[in-house]
Amino acid sequence: MERNLAYISLFAALIAVLGLVPKIDLAAGVPITAQSLGIMLCGTVLGARRGALAVLLFLALVAVGLPLLAGGRGGLGVFAGPSAGYLIGFPVAAFASGWIMERTSMGTGIAAFCAAVIGGIAVLYAFGIPGMAIVLDKTIVEAAHIAIAFLPGDAVKCVLTGIVTAAIANMRPGTLLSRGA
Amino acid sequence: MMLTLTSPVETRFHGLPVGVKLAGLCAFTLWLFAVDDLGWLAASLAAVVACYATGGRLFAANGARMLWPLWPFVVIVGVWHGVTDAPWQGVAIILRMITAVAAANLVTMTTRLADMIAVIEWLARPLGRIGLPPRRLALAIALVIRFVPVLAQNAARITEAWGARSARRARWRVLPALMLSAIDDADRVAEALRARGGVG
Repeated sequence: MERNLAYISLFAALIAVLGLVPKIDLAAGVPITAQSLGIMLCGTVLGARRGALAVLLFLALVAVGLPLLAGGRGGLGVFAGPSAGYLIGFPVAAFASGWIMERTSMGTGIAAFCAAVIGGIAVLYAFGIPGMAIVLDKTIVEAAHIAIAFLPGDAVKCVLTGIVTAAIANMRPGTLLSRGA
Repeated sequence: MMLTLTSPVETRFHGLPVGVKLAGLCAFTLWLFAVDDLGWLAASLAAVVACYATGGRLFAANGARMLWPLWPFVVIVGVWHGVTDAPWQGVAIILRMITAVAAANLVTMTTRLADMIAVIEWLARPLGRIGLPPRRLALAIALVIRFVPVLAQNAARITEAWGARSARRARWRVLPALMLSAIDDADRVAEALRARGGVG
């Protein structure tokens, strides 16, 4: 129990740090924040339930007014803005990534990459695009055009999720909770 | 870095009960997304601006700064409706977006962190029945607030260490090391909690 609580809390903090530290610019010239990378890693490392709880904890702290979102944003305003759909999709994305990770028998790196693509792109966009459509009063198709701008960055993050998850599996095999450790 | 977004400038809204502010915000936001009339939208933005103005210059400037991240969306909507032939519709969308976010930010800026956390704990009460006691949630919140600066420091140290040994920039290569530092910290925290009698 103590271990679950500590992992969920520390991963919630990790999502925040990945958004706060712009110095980790992931790839040259691509203006992406690592925050959604943190969401994907929560799922692939902690598994479905714990991953989603870590993300919910992070969002609760954003909602109460801590500036933990990328660019120092936070508070209730972000849940009324154009990115609200993505925020609501965050815990579902982590859950989906973890769910896939728990059920596939593929190698850790490949499995984490696939889980990140499905959870962090397919599921997340399924929430983010309608959210943008509502706030910006656009059709789903029009909103999807805007979302495409984020696709290259998110693809890079999926690859990184695979690499980092595999590295953790190698170095601390006991901590990959998504794989029944 | 871990400053909250609550404004240190005391306004008349600081004294209102948090429940009243949140209920008002919900009703206001629902109403905003229901109206399409440009006049009403402009009036509601004016009302929100007036609320900010009662807090004084510094307070209003902070509020304006919190709206800055919306500019890409203002540009997208502006260009979109400028080239299609519905500019007024674009104005309505931008007005609604800015008003909704500004109103929500107003609640955040005028409510103390402890009061907001109390709301979260109240909302999480039903979870007690399915095995998540509020005490555990409070501990988790405290751990996150404590560990954000610790992990940020770790990230900076790892990046520096990389910079000392390589002419190239670290980029994503700090990530596995940062994750490991977080995992090892989590293991130590879990041990410390158990040694102090566990989380119950």
